[in-house]
Formats: sequence, structure tokens, C-alpha cells
Amino acid sequence: MIRLDKVGHHYSSPDGGDVVAIKDVNLSVAAGKFVALKGPSGCGKSTLLLIAGGLLRPTSGDVEIAGVEPYKLSLEERAAFRANTVGFVFQQFHLVPYLDVLDNVLAPSLASGRKDWKRAEALVEQFGLTHRAHHTPSALSTGERQRAAMARALYNEPKVLLADEPTGNLDPENAAIVLKQLVAFADQGGAVLMVTHASDASSVADEIITLG
Amino acid sequence: MNIWHFVLREIRHRKLNALLTAVSVAVATACLSGALVLLKADAESSEKALAAKQQAVESAGAELQDAMRKIMKGLGFNVVILPKDQDLQEMHLTGMINKTMPEDYVDRLANSNIVTVNHLLPTVTKKLNWPEQNGLPIVLYGTRGEVPIAHRDPKKPLLDAVPRGSMIVGYQIGLKLGLGDGAEVTLLGKPFKILKTHGERGSIDDSTVWINLREAQEMLGMENLIHAIQALECHCAGDRISQIRQEIISILPGTQAIERGAPALARAEARDQAKVTAQQSLADEIESRNELRGQRERFAAFMVPLATLGCALLMGLTTLANVRQRRQEIAILGALGLRSRQVLGIFLGKALLIGVVGAIVGLIVGALVGGVLGGSEGGAGVDGATVALSFALAIGVALLGSWLPALIASRQDAATVLQQD
Repeated sequence: MIRLDKVGHHYSSPDGGDVVAIKDVNLSVAAGKFVALKGPSGCGKSTLLLIAGGLLRPTSGDVEIAGVEPYKLSLEERAAFRANTVGFVFQQFHLVPYLDVLDNVLAPSLASGRKDWKRAEALVEQFGLTHRAHHTPSALSTGERQRAAMARALYNEPKVLLADEPTGNLDPENAAIVLKQLVAFADQGGAVLMVTHASDASSVADEIITLG
Repeated sequence: MNIWHFVLREIRHRKLNALLTAVSVAVATACLSGALVLLKADAESSEKALAAKQQAVESAGAELQDAMRKIMKGLGFNVVILPKDQDLQEMHLTGMINKTMPEDYVDRLANSNIVTVNHLLPTVTKKLNWPEQNGLPIVLYGTRGEVPIAHRDPKKPLLDAVPRGSMIVGYQIGLKLGLGDGAEVTLLGKPFKILKTHGERGSIDDSTVWINLREAQEMLGMENLIHAIQALECHCAGDRISQIRQEIISILPGTQAIERGAPALARAEARDQAKVTAQQSLADEIESRNELRGQRERFAAFMVPLATLGCALLMGLTTLANVRQRRQEIAILGALGLRSRQVLGIFLGKALLIGVVGAIVGLIVGALVGGVLGGSEGGAGVDGATVALSFALAIGVALLGSWLPALIASRQDAATVLQQD
């Protein structure tokens, strides 16, 4: 489902030097698998996740997601590909601050064109947020925000779920809920690639890959 | 879920930003609509003032004309119709007419279709020494009163006939005779009763005796003959005297017509001059107002674009601040698969909405302020063109000001922002 072949990425530093973020990384996540990506800070985990999500073009190597090489698509095509194939979950949640929970979950429909209120409501219920459906993120607890972000990531029924430290800011109870949902997504045939430092989080993964 | 949903929720969430942008659009719109309303109110006010002045000039002209009629009556006749063989040089030197023409000339003239003369007065005049009054030199003036013009409605006569057996005497005659009204005198052997003594006129009239035309003709041996026909209240001001002459001579070929009463003519000319002066003054005022209007239009043509530019700049800066504030939101929407044009649409949709709101507010404020400053009611100066221009400007300012920041937002690299977080 996710295949990274000798992927590298470097960028120019402000002093003009060349900084290598990742180099010759090979990675593969099959459908139905949950892979945890570990490593020290600055080893390029998040960069790898953005490359795997079709957001950051690698400076070398090949990327294939769900049978598509996203960096061979135009920007518009790649955006459409992301909308229909990839789900993102971030440590900082990145909910739209002026939309309530239900609208945040529905936000991906703007990109995909699939407007399904019932699905959005079902996801809100699935993540235990029905009583918060019409609250904006500022009114939610940290755990509720991450659950809302998870619901949003699943709205377009992606084939791949990419999570960057999804439990980093959560209490154990909420962290367990999020991990349970990620496992469930993999169990239903999706591919999960999760960047994490937490050993609890990595313990639920089918495979752990360490960078650096 | 659509772009407008995003736009409305974001506006509700960041009210201050929306308010600032709406105010900047409203200010630009108010400048334009205010200027348009003010200029229109000024034009209307000028038109009213000029119309009032025009009316005043016309009214004053009519009053002058009426006054002229009275003046002409006091000053005498405008045109004197004389026998064709009368030597005018001699007449001017002696003040007397020594040639005659048939009295029925006056009837021919009265029964003609002459339109340039209002009143006709046949006369005989002769200088003589009044034998019964120690040879007192007088001018004997025989008149039968006015002959009505047949094809016209009767006009009130300016002078009445002197009845037979009566006479009217000039001021000096009255003074020298020492007789009052009603006294009886004899002239060339005929008895007369003094009907009236004129007040002092400072002219030959003071030494004139007026009697009935028929009696004068008998006394002077001039039956059915007259010296002149005085045409009273002719429409002869300006160049029309030549037309009058032609008209009279075509009816009475054996005559000649001369203009008399230079003071009346001078006054007529003065009246015309007064009218010309008033019209010139009106023209000057129109020019002055047009010049003032031109200055205002030039000022508005400079200030409105300047204000528009300033407001567009403020709109742009505020939108840019909004874009910076929403970097993460834009990045995550990009990660979710939103296309660049959709991100552009979110910002330009907001600009459009704010443009419409700014147009409504600016139009109302501009109309009120322009109306108050222009001295008219607020709504009076707002026409379809003002509304259309205001909306076009407001939406233009909003879109123009937001375009660059929106473009920056739409081209923002989501990965860069997400990595920074």
C-alpha cells in the first residue's frame, strides 16, 4: 500500500549549506498493516511521513501509495489523490478553529466533493463526541480534539492513514482510544504509518521501523 | 459544506478582521458615493438657483418693459408720419411742419393691417401770435384724439380728444394769461373755454395751445388736411424702425416716417442693455458655477482614487494578516486535499461578501454625508448609476486588495508549515 524506495530528502539551510533530512530510506506498509516509525528527534520521521502522504516531494527515490506514484501527478491531481486516499492525524490536531466538531469532520468533503452528513454524524458518535458535535475546538479537551481530528481523517474513507505523534499530547485513556481506532483501521484493510516516541503506542504496531 | 460555509464561519469567528476590511471598503465606497451625491446635489442646487435667477431676470425685464411703456407715454410719440415732400431740415430748424396731407390718411392707416403701431393721432400745428392776447407767441396744436385701429381690440387711449370750444394750455401760456381752468378766452375770433392747464414740462409744450382738430383746421383754412400723424407707442425699439417705415409707406405712399423721441429710444436701449447685462450676469454665474463644479469634479477625481487606493492597501494588509493567521488552517486544508483554487475561493469569497456589505454601508453613509453637505435630502441624489458604481468599486476594492494575499495563501506549501509545527 505504501512503498518508499531509496527515498531521500535534503534542503538548504539558512547559512547556505545542504542539510540531509533523510537518505536512502526503504519502507513498505502493506494493506492491513500498522507500522510504527521511531527514532530520535530530527532524524526525519515527520519528513518521511509528509513524503508518504504526497505532501513533500522527495529529492531522490520513488514513492508509491495505493498503486499511484503521487509525485508524477500534477499539483491538482495530487491534491485530489490525497483527498481520496490519505488521512492525516497530527500531534497538534490542526482542527479548523471556527468550525464546530461536525463541520471539522465534514471539512474533507470540500476537497472530495462527497457530502455525507450521516457519515459525519456516525464518526462523531463513533469517537464519543456527539455531545460536542456543535462545539468549536476551543471548547474541547485535548483528547476530544484528537478524537475529532481522527474522525476527520477517516471521513473520506482513506486507504492510508498517516499519524504524526497522535498520542503525544494525550492522557493514557485518550491515547488508548486513538490507538484502538488506528488498529481498527488497519484491521479493516487500511495501511497505518505512525510516527511516535511512545513505547505504548509502538507496542500496538505490527512492525516498528527505527530511523537514525 | 461549501466555501461559503467556511467564509461565514470564519467571519463570525474573526469579527475584528472582517470589520476592519468591511470598514476600509465602506470608506472607499462612501468617498465615491458621497462625492457623486455631493456633485449631483450641487448641480441640482445650481440649476435651481440659476432657474430662480433666470426667472428674476425675466420678471425684471417684464417690469422694465411695463415701465418703458409709461415712460414712452410721458415722453411723446415714437414715429411721426409726415407728407412726403416735407423738408425735414427745415422742420428740425423751425420745429414746424409746412406741408400737408389728406386727413383720410389716418383712416387708411387705421383700417389697414398695420401691426407695428398701437395708437394714431392726426395733428395740425402752427406757430402764431395770439392777437387777442397782445400777440403772445404760441404753437397752436389741433388734435382730434386717437383714431382707433380697426383690426385690433380697442386699447385704452393714451391721449383724449379736446372737445370743440375747449382748449388746453401749456404751463407758460397759463402763467402769462393768469387765468384758471374754466376761464373763457378768444383765439382768432373764436371763443374757447380753458379745460386744463398743464404742469411745467420744460419743452415746447409749455408754450402750446391744444384745441380740437376740426376747429384748428377751420381757423387755419386747412379743412380735411393735416400736418402729421403721430404714431404712439410704436414697437420701434432697436432696428425695427426701418420695418415700421416700410410698413407705413406701403400703406401711405405719399408719406415719410421719422423716429422721434430720442429719450424714449435711449431708455429703450437702456432697457435692452439692462436686459443684456442681466443675461450676461446670468451667463457669468453659470460659467462661475460650472468652473466651481469642474474644480470639485477634479478634486473628487483625485481624492476618490486616492482613498480607494488607500482602502485597497488597508484591505490587502488586513487580508495578508488574516492569511498569516490562518497558515496552519490553510496547510491542513491542503493536506486534506483542497486545491489551490479552492483556497483562493475561500479568501476571494470572503472579499466578495465583505465588498457587498461594504458597498451597502458605504453607499448609505456616503449618500447621507453627501446629502447633508450638499444641502439636499440623503436619498435624493442616489440614482442607479451611483448604486452600480458604488457596488463595482466596493467589490473591486475588496477583490483587488485581497487578490495578492489570497494568491499567497493558495500557493502556500502545506508541508513547510506542517513541518514547522
